[in-house]
Amino acid sequence: MRYYSSRSALAVLFLFPLLWSGWSSVHDQTGGYTLDNYAQMAGFGEGLPRYLGNSLAVSAMAVAATLAVATLGGYAFARFQFPGKNVLFLATLAILMVPYPTILIPLYVLLGYVGLQNSLVGLALVFVMFQLPFAIYMMRNSFESIPREIEESALVDGCGTLRALTHILLPAVRPGLVTVGLFAFLASWNDFFAPLILLSDGSSFPLPVAVVSMTQRTFGAIDYGMLQAGVMVMAVPCLVLFLVLQRHYVRGFMSGALRG
Amino acid sequence: MTQITTARPGRGDHAAARRRSLRGFAGLAYATPTAVIVVTLFIAPLVLVGVMSLNKWPLLGAPTFNAPQNYAKITEDPLFLDSVLFTLKYTALITVLLSALALGLALLVQERRPGVGFFRTAFFLPGAVGFAAAALLFYGLLNNEVGPFGFLGVKWIGTPNMALFSTIVLVLWRFAGFNMLILLTGLQAIPVEVYEAARSDGASRWQIFTRITLPLLRPTIALMLILSITGSLLAFDQFFIFTNGGPDNSTVSMVMVIYRNAFFRFDLGGAAALSVVLLVVLVALNALQLKVLR
Repeated sequence: MRYYSSRSALAVLFLFPLLWSGWSSVHDQTGGYTLDNYAQMAGFGEGLPRYLGNSLAVSAMAVAATLAVATLGGYAFARFQFPGKNVLFLATLAILMVPYPTILIPLYVLLGYVGLQNSLVGLALVFVMFQLPFAIYMMRNSFESIPREIEESALVDGCGTLRALTHILLPAVRPGLVTVGLFAFLASWNDFFAPLILLSDGSSFPLPVAVVSMTQRTFGAIDYGMLQAGVMVMAVPCLVLFLVLQRHYVRGFMSGALRG
Repeated sequence: MTQITTARPGRGDHAAARRRSLRGFAGLAYATPTAVIVVTLFIAPLVLVGVMSLNKWPLLGAPTFNAPQNYAKITEDPLFLDSVLFTLKYTALITVLLSALALGLALLVQERRPGVGFFRTAFFLPGAVGFAAAALLFYGLLNNEVGPFGFLGVKWIGTPNMALFSTIVLVLWRFAGFNMLILLTGLQAIPVEVYEAARSDGASRWQIFTRITLPLLRPTIALMLILSITGSLLAFDQFFIFTNGGPDNSTVSMVMVIYRNAFFRFDLGGAAALSVVLLVVLVALNALQLKVLR
């Protein structure tokens, strides 16, 4: 019994802030039940649909591009010999060594040169770069863990390497893809610093930057109920995804990809 | 590939060589998207941050060469020097507290028992929430007008020490489970037989912990420390969102100064010089830690 009581007390401590936030997002100042906070949040600034749409768009682009680049790259590193292979692999892992806030200022300038300043596409590309070391490492290991015989018989039969990838290997590396996609989504959905620096126009803000701007208004009181409604809109998708895909998330930890 | 060439001499060599070079091209083609991203979005900005740090680089308008002014004025910026001290203090506190808490949690849930999955999930769940969202959550939670702790009458972010304390609570809540998960992967890699042998030799629980668990956990602890130190030195969200650098600029981190220089003083060159310094220090620190701790 002692085993469970101490752990349960700790669990309550860790879950309490989340439960409080959920509770206060559906209650007014007097403690009565209400959905007003969400209704107000829907009309805040450029409107919730706009910010939610920005968040979804940038996350979807980042996830899709990360999966595409890491699948091809992981396949190349696991199965092929080509000039510059080791240099490129080390350069990709080196992204982990460099603290990302320090290269966002030059990225802001660089994206400006190519007309991608204040653009969700530019932001998504930056997210792909941040995800690349983990994603490439994970996908390379996924491809390496598949026995070569599986695709070699197909290659001997005259099937091209691209066909072998799409028809034979891709289904086999699906667990790796789920892990990479999950990490890419959580990172790009939640990131605050990169959009803060790279986006200047309120109408292109994703949720975190938009909701934080609620606290930094120069006039008028902060609406704390609406703030917690904003927290919930950001947090609930992540909590649900994590609970559903927990096993895939933990695999990301076990893979050693965090080690760089 | 080599097997094929040795097995088939003569004319086969030709076909095999052709297939090999074709495969080389294919590999290069598949790696091209990775290479494009690494070169344009990682190596190019790395070079550019160095170039920018040597120029007077306004937010708008043409840059002009002014080296080494951006570096020289770093030491004259009192806000930055304060932020270095503050960030170091914060990093030391977080690293010690977070490691201890994460290790405690990991030890609590390392055994397989009915219900242990629930506890692991409960401890980790704050880590699934984005850090910005977590900071906003605490912005309300520790507000005395609307939060549940208002009756205590404590000024959670009203004084420099309390603001630091509250931020530490926020960070511990958000990251303890994350670090617990890292440690759990290391704990579970220790074979059960090692513990059994120690127990049959009459070792106490404390002896098992200090003589077996900790030494075998060393590489995992090293990883956790590296992530914690690096992450804390780069702290931004918690101080920008939760304390807003206050009160009286007492919780301004190094990355916040970079941000302020770039987007409030419109001095991208100065921000770049600070970035280069931070970058060099952190890369050196990472290399050193890898050497010492592994």
